[in-house]
Formats: sequence, structure tokens, C-alpha cells
Amino acid sequence: MLENLTGRLQGVIKNLRGQARLTEENISDAMREVRMALLEADVALPVVKDFIARVKERANGREVLQSLTPGQAVIEVVNDELTELMGKANVGLNLAAVPPVVILMAGLQGAGKTTTSGKLAKLLKEQKKKVLLASADVYRPAAITQLQTLAKQLEIDCFDSNPQQKPLDIAAQVMEQARKSYYDVVIFDTAGRLAIDEAMMAEIKDLHTFLKPTETLFVVDAMQGQDAVNTAKAFGETLPLTGVIVTKLDGDARGGAALSVRHVTGKPIKFIGVSEKVDGLEPFHPDRMAGRILGMGDVLSLIEQAHKNVDMAEAQKVAEKLKSGAKFDLEDFKAQMLQMRKMGGMSALMDKMPAQMAGMAQKVNMDDAEKSMRRIEGIINSMTPLERRKPELIKATRKQRIAAGSGVQVQDVNRLLKQFEETQKMMKMFSKGGMAKMMRGLGGMMGGKLPGM
Amino acid sequence: MFNPFAKKSAETAPAHVEEKKTAPVPVEEQSTSWTQRLKNGLAKTRQQLGGQLSALFGGGKIDEDIYEELETILLTSDVGINATQHLLAQLRARVKRQDLQDTHALKGALRETLLELLSPLQQPLNVKTHQPFVMMIVGVNGAGKTTTIGKLAKRLQAEGNSVLIAAGDTFRAAAREQLQVWGDRNDVHVVASESGDPAAVIYDAVNSAMAKKIEVVIADTAGRLPTQLHLMDEIKKVQRVIDKALPGAPHEILLVLDANTGQNAVNQLKAFHDALGVTGLVLTKLDGTAKGGVIAAIAHLSQQSARQIPVRFIGVGESIDDLRPFDAAAFVDALLDD
Ligand SMILES: Nc1nc2c(ncn2[C@@H]2O[C@H](COP(=O)(O)OP(=O)(O)OP(=O)(O)O)[C@@H](O)[C@H]2O)c(=O)[nH]1
Ligand SMILES: [Mg+2]
Repeated sequence: MLENLTGRLQGVIKNLRGQARLTEENISDAMREVRMALLEADVALPVVKDFIARVKERANGREVLQSLTPGQAVIEVVNDELTELMGKANVGLNLAAVPPVVILMAGLQGAGKTTTSGKLAKLLKEQKKKVLLASADVYRPAAITQLQTLAKQLEIDCFDSNPQQKPLDIAAQVMEQARKSYYDVVIFDTAGRLAIDEAMMAEIKDLHTFLKPTETLFVVDAMQGQDAVNTAKAFGETLPLTGVIVTKLDGDARGGAALSVRHVTGKPIKFIGVSEKVDGLEPFHPDRMAGRILGMGDVLSLIEQAHKNVDMAEAQKVAEKLKSGAKFDLEDFKAQMLQMRKMGGMSALMDKMPAQMAGMAQKVNMDDAEKSMRRIEGIINSMTPLERRKPELIKATRKQRIAAGSGVQVQDVNRLLKQFEETQKMMKMFSKGGMAKMMRGLGGMMGGKLPGM
Repeated sequence: MFNPFAKKSAETAPAHVEEKKTAPVPVEEQSTSWTQRLKNGLAKTRQQLGGQLSALFGGGKIDEDIYEELETILLTSDVGINATQHLLAQLRARVKRQDLQDTHALKGALRETLLELLSPLQQPLNVKTHQPFVMMIVGVNGAGKTTTIGKLAKRLQAEGNSVLIAAGDTFRAAAREQLQVWGDRNDVHVVASESGDPAAVIYDAVNSAMAKKIEVVIADTAGRLPTQLHLMDEIKKVQRVIDKALPGAPHEILLVLDANTGQNAVNQLKAFHDALGVTGLVLTKLDGTAKGGVIAAIAHLSQQSARQIPVRFIGVGESIDDLRPFDAAAFVDALLDD
């Protein structure tokens, strides 16, 4: 799903992570790339312009430019805004009305209304609702038969529409039957129509007036291009839409429609269609989708976790110290490891890492890595404060004492000191290059030098 | 071939390409009002694209702003970023080469640039090369395959061919019933079976056509997305089975694309072409607000890969007569003229 957009944005992200300093210029460059990526993903041009303007404004703001890792901060902004664009949180179906509650389906020809009606009915049936399906598509050959066949497969009741009748007459009969037989929900499928077809738009408006649906769902094909916003807008002007369903997201559609439609209609995307099968309808989670689009794994919760568990003041102190030119010492080294532990240790971190980075670190055995981390802590604990601040003081006799104190061999102490030097180097990279470089460094360090400990 | 990003080659575009555009487009027999119908069908496109364009082309100097406007218009028409950049590079080169001064002249240059891109896609379908001539209709879900078959049957019969339809969509609910309605409307026999095997149904249809000396077989297939590899394998098998019934068949593999589709149309073409070797395209639903610019993206792609897959027909409505042969000049004119 959405691989293309993801791939492109990841390129941008990689570049941003590599930036030591963010300037208005390299933000501009990145945003040009993001613009291309979004357009290639069929996000509507006005939406793209809006999005870029917002990200740019925030990226040039203090919060980002003064961040320790500005590249990362920009990515957070993009992630934020993507989520925002798609509607923040999941919104479920509203069925809070006097039954029979009506759900009216609307959309272009071939969008997937009929199949989606069936899927929705199945979902509601599983929630123990008594559902009646009904079709008022008297135009497309065998459209009514299609819904009836689906209903039969799902063992859900379907109104026996007569294609000779007018849709409004069908609606009247459907409601009569629904009331008489105490249905909880009526899902009312309609013919596909063009937004510029005035007669057909008038028809669905009349249907809406008569049926007084609690939900009026606009069904849109994920493969739709730039016109999705025009169509959505036009439908939204004719009908008081309550939500959107994006279909066929199991293809390699770039999902631009999903990004745009919510923006122009202001209505939440409630479900997405992810398979042809009758159970291929999922609630839509904007935040998860944003993460997937950026190919970042569940970075949102990783970020959350970092904010919650990492002692920001502590991190700030280390950073200030590094900036002021002071040396990164063993005390800092220990503090760093403590931070990692607080975030749930290496393996927990890796789970939430973006695929590519997790892949890089896969060669490392996490259990071993964690064991050696604890051992390192033990060694550092056996040092005096002076030794921690000035590791160059640690010569032969001191090494013997430290080794004895922490129950390891002298060469283990040597290894730690060597490793510390590497970390010092890495800290420089980290302040410049961000996570990716640090992970690479970590992978090398653990794969290469730790296992002996 | 031509690389849109290399300015050099844009400027040294061969001169003979220039001449090609003046060659008269063969005028097909057409219902009197077909240009009008196409224009009606494309009315909205014209309103969006043409309306904006005529405002732009009102005269005056050619400056950077106008190129940016053009970029916006092309992008919002689903031309896609690569083809847009290609077209604009071509246009700039032409403006420079011909020393064009005002936006009136720019309009002519844009028409020629678009035509140069789209003309190679105009190659009418000829069903007289084989008998029976077997066509397979493929595409993603809801693209308009079944409806197109209904329209095609009408058209081919009007041209004096006997037609047989095969109900190869054995997956979607009521697909067979839908096709049967189109068969009845055309008074054409629809070969169907209760069994779930599309290859078997189409195999039967081809054999039946050979026995009855029917000239054209049109086979419907179930909609499938480019990522559904197992379904792509399935359709490959259908193709192999048809070849067994009649070596060399199917003779035409028509990919039906919805004009509403954005850049995913390119993926669709790639996926179906890799699986089957697509020989022609149909662009449906051009009567909507979608601008059909995706044709340019596809033309650009085929230009680069030297794989010229023609657009055989366009769909401009849901009725049986709403199918037109693709005519590049008329298409471009309908886009640009008021
Ligand atoms: N406005 C308009 N609608 C069209 C056109 N061609 C097809 N349609 C409509 O698009 C919808 C889908 O068409 P179908 O022919 O069922 O598409 P399909 O590709 O066979 O669909 P599946 O078999 O379900 O994959 C129907 O409502 C058609 O009436 C066209 O050129 N213009
Ligand atoms: Mg079909």
C-alpha cells in the first residue's frame, strides 16, 4: 500500500537526516521533493500547495531550527501535518438515531459502492445489528442482482428492488419494510453518477431528503487522480456528507485521494477498502496511515515514548556540553545507556524502528547486546568520578582495580575504553547526522566488538 | 529516446517530427455529429482546461508566469509530473526555435506539442486481420470493461462483423447477468457457464466462434488490481488457454482505463503489459470532470520505452453509442478550443 509515495518521501527523509544544519534553502529543497512526491501520489495540487506552505512555515520556525536534530524535527512536522491532513483520529460510524438508521452510499461510477455496501453490512451484522440492504441502481444492468447476490452470500436481507421503479419509490418501500420488520440499519446503495449530471444529482438529493440518513458516505476510488477533489467537493455541495470511504487501497494506488478528499470535504475517512473479499473493510486510522506513508514504522509511538521516558533536561545537558566543545566522558556514556534502558532496551526500540534501520541492526543479537550493556555499566560503576571524567588517566594498575571491582578481565576494560572512544566519535556524528548514522555506528560496534564480553 | 530532462536534446529535436504534425489525419467515416459528441463528452474538460487556457492565451508576452500556469493546468489534468516537464521543455524549445513572441503563438505551439506526443497513439483497431478475431478485455475493478464490451459489440456489428461475447468474469457477483443484458441489447450471443473457470468459458466461446464462423469474439474478464499477482497469473493462464484453442489468439488485448485515474494508470499499464502484452487501450468516463490528461502520461511513457500502445477508443457516456475511436487531433482540439 502506498509504496511509491513512501519510497519517495524516504529519500527526502534520508537527506534531511544527513543535514548538520537546516537552512531555509535546504528546507526549500526538501519541500520541492516532497511536492513532487505528493503530486506523483495524485494528491490534489491545491492540497499539495497548502500542505507545503504549512510544513515550510513550521519547519522554519524556532522549534525546529533550534532542535538538536533539526532533520528529525522536520520529519516530525511532516508526520504531524500528514496526520492532520488525513483527519487526526479514527471516526467511527454514527448509528445513534431511532432505528431504522439509514446509511446512504454515494459516488462515481465504478467507485465500489455496491461491494462496500456488502462489506459494511457484514461488519454491522457482526455487531449484532439487523441489517437491510437495498439498491436503487435501476440504471446499470444487473446492479440490483449484484447486491442481492452479495447479500445472499453474507446471509443478510436484501430488499427486492424492481428496476422498473423510480429510486424514490423504491426508497419508500424500503423504509416501510424496514420499519415493519424492525431493522436496525438500512444500507441504501445508489447508482454511480457524475457530479456534473444535474438530473442524477437532483435524484440523489431527493433520496437524501426522503431517507434522512444518519450517515451519508461518499465512496471514492483510491486510484482516482486530481479530479477526486472536484468530485468530492461537488458531491459535498449537493449532499450533507458525513464521511468518506476510500476503496481499492490494496492496489498500488498512491493514495493521494485519501490525502485530499478529507481536506476538501472536511469529512472524516471512516473506512478503507483493502481487499475484494467481503471482510476487506477496515476502520481508517490517519496516524497509522501517516506512519506507513513515511515508511517510518510506528515512529509516532516511538517519539511518544522518547518524550515520556527520556529525561529531556539530561539530554539537553549532554548536548550543551558537546556544543560548548567539552569532551563527552564516561559519565555521559553511562547516562546514555541508562536512557536507552529506560526506553525499554534495545529490542523494544528496534521493534518500532523504520524497516530499513531495523534491518541494519538485525545482525546484532539483542540479548547479547543488552547483557553487554549491563556489564559496561558495572565496569563504569567501579571507576572513580575522576576516572570517569578523565578516562585517559586509566592505566595498567587502575585497569586491574576496575576489572577486579566489576568482576571482569582487564581486556574487557580495554575493550570498553576502545568502545568509548568510538562512541565519542559517534556522538559527533549523531549531532550531525541523526539516528541513521548512529544506528549504523551501533550496529558496527556491537557486531564487531562486544560479543566477547 | 528523448529525455525530457536533457535540455540539449529538446533543442535538437529532429526537424522531421515538425513536419509530421501537418500531415492530414485520416478522416474516418463518422456519425455526423461525432466531433460535437466528443466535444460534449469533453465539455467539462474543455471548461476546466480550455477555459483556463483561453484566458491565458489572450495575447501578451510569454513570461515565466505563464509557464507556471501551464504547469499547474497540466498537473491538475493528471498529465503527471514527468510528462508535464517533458511537455514544457518541448514547448520552451519550440518557442525558442520558432522565436515565438506572444501567447497566441504559444497556444499553437502547445497544440503542436501535445499533438506530437499523442498522435502516435492514434492507430485504429483492425479486426479483419484474423478470423475469428479474438479480443480480451482487461482492467482494474470498475474501469468500465463490461460496458465497453456492450458498446464495442454494437460498433463492430455496425461495421458488418458478426460478434460473440464470452462472459469471462466468473468472480464478481452478477457480472454474467450484467453482460447478458448487453448481449440482449445487441442481439449477440453471450457464452457463459455456471463453472468458475474463466479460461474454460472463453475456450468454449472461441471454439464456438470457429464452428459458427463468427468474425469477432470479445471476452470479458474480472477486474483485478496491479498488485494482485495471483490474479495476474490467472489471466495469463486464460491467455495461454485461448492460444491453445486458436494459435495466435487473443489478437487484441484491450486494457480499459478509467479517465478518472491518476498516475496509477501507468502502474496498471505496466502490470497488465508485463503479464499479457497489452495491444490497445480504451479510456472510459471522459464525459465526467476528469480531464483525461493521463493519456499524455501514458504517451510519454510509451515514447520513452519505444512501446507505442495505441488508444483505440474513448468512452464518453453510459449508453451503447458512447464509444469513439481515439482521434488525437480532435482530442487536442477539444481540449484547447472554445
Ligand atoms: N459516465 C460514464 N460511465 C461509464 C463509462 N463506461 C462505464 N461506465 C460506468 O462505470 C461503471 C462500471 O462499469 P463496468 O462496465 O461495470 O466496469 P467493469 O470494469 O466491468 O467493472 P468490474 O467488472 O466490476 O470490474 C458502470 O456504472 C458503468 O455504467 C463511460 O464512458 N462514462
Ligand atoms: Mg465487469
